[in-house]
Amino acid sequence: MALKTEPFVLNMGPVHPSTHGVFRMRATLDGEVVVDIEPVFGYLHRGVEKLAEQRTYTGIIPLTDRLDYISSMNNNHAYVLAVEKLAGIKVPERAEYLRVIMAELQRIAAFLIAVGSFLNDCGAYFTPFLYMFRERERIIDLFEMVSGQRLTYNYMRVGGVSQDIPREFLPALRKFLARMPRFIDEYDRLLMQNEILLARAKGVGILTKEQAINCSASGPVLRASGVKWDIRQADPYSVYDRFDFDIPTGTVGDCYDRYRQRVEEMRQSLRIIKQAMEQLPPGPVKSDVSHLVRPPIGEAYARIEAPKGELGFYLVSDNSIAPYRCHIRPPSLINLTALRDMVRGWKVADVIIIFGSIDITVGEIDR
Amino acid sequence: MTVALSSKEIAGQIEEKSPESIIESSQDYLVVKPDSLLAVATFLKDTPGLDFNYLNFITAIDYYDHFEVVYQLTSLEHNHSLVIKTRCYDRENPVLPSVVSLWQGADFQEREIYDLMGIRFEGHPNMKRIFLWEGFPGHPLRKDYW
Repeated sequence: MALKTEPFVLNMGPVHPSTHGVFRMRATLDGEVVVDIEPVFGYLHRGVEKLAEQRTYTGIIPLTDRLDYISSMNNNHAYVLAVEKLAGIKVPERAEYLRVIMAELQRIAAFLIAVGSFLNDCGAYFTPFLYMFRERERIIDLFEMVSGQRLTYNYMRVGGVSQDIPREFLPALRKFLARMPRFIDEYDRLLMQNEILLARAKGVGILTKEQAINCSASGPVLRASGVKWDIRQADPYSVYDRFDFDIPTGTVGDCYDRYRQRVEEMRQSLRIIKQAMEQLPPGPVKSDVSHLVRPPIGEAYARIEAPKGELGFYLVSDNSIAPYRCHIRPPSLINLTALRDMVRGWKVADVIIIFGSIDITVGEIDR
Repeated sequence: MTVALSSKEIAGQIEEKSPESIIESSQDYLVVKPDSLLAVATFLKDTPGLDFNYLNFITAIDYYDHFEVVYQLTSLEHNHSLVIKTRCYDRENPVLPSVVSLWQGADFQEREIYDLMGIRFEGHPNMKRIFLWEGFPGHPLRKDYW
């Protein structure tokens, strides 16, 4: 017997650890089934782009730390690349290698949070989440050695990095690289051998290849749908063209694929770090750049493969010490365009998992 | 490596198809008339060999006397990119055609531009503010907003 139901609107969320109080989804439900969904972003209102118009080019770097605050290094990286492109600044080789090492470490750290909170969303509560944080602490120790900070690292500079790595950095990094693969295997087993998690994630929230491209999805969300597109290889920046690594892709584009995608990419990041560490050349780590960079009139767009996808900065210069316009292309915001396609037809409980599998940070969505 | 296609060459191709739709073309970008934006975008997306199937981002810049809206396009298949721009001179009631029907990825970004710059996108399925509440006075990213 078919039940007679009436559609109604339910405000869901915040449901994910990195949406801390401002993000909700307005879901139109028919019984338990999601008919339509609209993300409502809420108000953090830091006005980063407006602030950037009144700061010097170098003074904006600490603002970028606070966008996707669990991958500050990558934000720094994208921003300094844009300024260097705009002003035509050369970066010393050693600095480029250090940037790559930091960016890849940061990617692993960000994926650890993504995977941990995804398992948390699946109902595994704190065990996996704390496991991931255990390894993340080791990465943060490394960052503390070079930058002195444990969350919003301010390490990259226009024209290089702030300072060379201390003597104890490389031994600690080597130790980390030796231990990490074992932990990744452990995470793999956590999902692979758990029937409940498999039943909840497999085939759920499918995003097809065409939908992913049409929605401008990027990063693991795009690749899990089977699109082999990684900016590190499609449009290499820094010294990424010198490393040998694979681009894993998914086949179905469901929550399970997106989880696997991040686990596989952690392995590739380890490969890159290893190679970068072996090739690390001696030399200066910062070219001589004035604190008051004054790029010529023009515009530049620089993008990187951040943990969440394509992160780009579009800068317009009027030859003054502050950018005329600074636009951020945030992967978190644009990946959410695909949410609607993913959740339609699924149940309320699935929405939580599907949303968790996108991996967003509200700090980056904010303007 | 992503190759930036020569905007001059593509401008020639567009001119053949729909004359007088290009205002200006340099090596790095081409500027399209607002009313022909949709036709040009459709041409860029559907023409074999161009296949700009991926919209990287849209943004708007306030130059006091006009708004400039920038579209960065990429073809994932051929790994080439192109920047198209369009200009809007009406400050009181700026309107541009929406490209959501071509690239769904434009959805939130056009709403963002509407919210912060005040440019309306005609044909957008859900044209309302995205970050600020309805009724918020003004558009914060305009240069005359303080």
